[in-house]
Amino acid sequence: MDESMNLVLFSGTDDKLQAAAVLTAGAAALGKPVNVFLQYWALDAFRAERIQNDHGLAPEAGPEGRDHVNALRKAGQASWAETLRQAKDLGGVDIQACSLSMDLLGLDEGDLDPLVDGVEGVTSFYLNAGDGQMVFI
Amino acid sequence: MDVLEITATVDARGLSCPMPIVRTAQAIKPMASGSLLEILATDPGSVKDFAAWCRSTGNELVDQTSDGAVHRFVIRRK
Repeated sequence: MDESMNLVLFSGTDDKLQAAAVLTAGAAALGKPVNVFLQYWALDAFRAERIQNDHGLAPEAGPEGRDHVNALRKAGQASWAETLRQAKDLGGVDIQACSLSMDLLGLDEGDLDPLVDGVEGVTSFYLNAGDGQMVFI
Repeated sequence: MDVLEITATVDARGLSCPMPIVRTAQAIKPMASGSLLEILATDPGSVKDFAAWCRSTGNELVDQTSDGAVHRFVIRRK
């Protein structure tokens, strides 16, 4: 099971980041190499000083969706950041910030949470992805 | 049935997907080949997940029981 799993994270709301973290951790547990590429608002959520903040939910969640998410969290569900940390602990997970998005948000690498391994362009991301599956969230 | 000698146990009760599998993957890594890991989980997806994970990773699912709320798996390290 060596084929890579490649996730492009665009959205910065907690529900979408949680879904991405679950997919990342699941693939890592199967021993797949996982490349995560952070763009736009997803990258914004990985700022060291904001990663623990409430990043809201996708518009379709609505008040009822918010209740469901809160209930799961109250039952002890790990945050997306914690889930990613556990996934990285398994090995094979590489998280890179999109260099264009870094420019867009005016960020330096030092502004990012240590979960992020580095900054790269889209060419490098594609090259590392090879023929592996690609997911956009 | 022979009594299985369990080397380690992962208590994943109350953890939601994919944490039972993640904890299992973490726990089985340092174990010796052939030794047995027991997992307790309440995640309803875990029944299919553990079967799929074992099939994919080459570890052997040697026992699986359920009392309705808690699923118990025993996996032999590859």
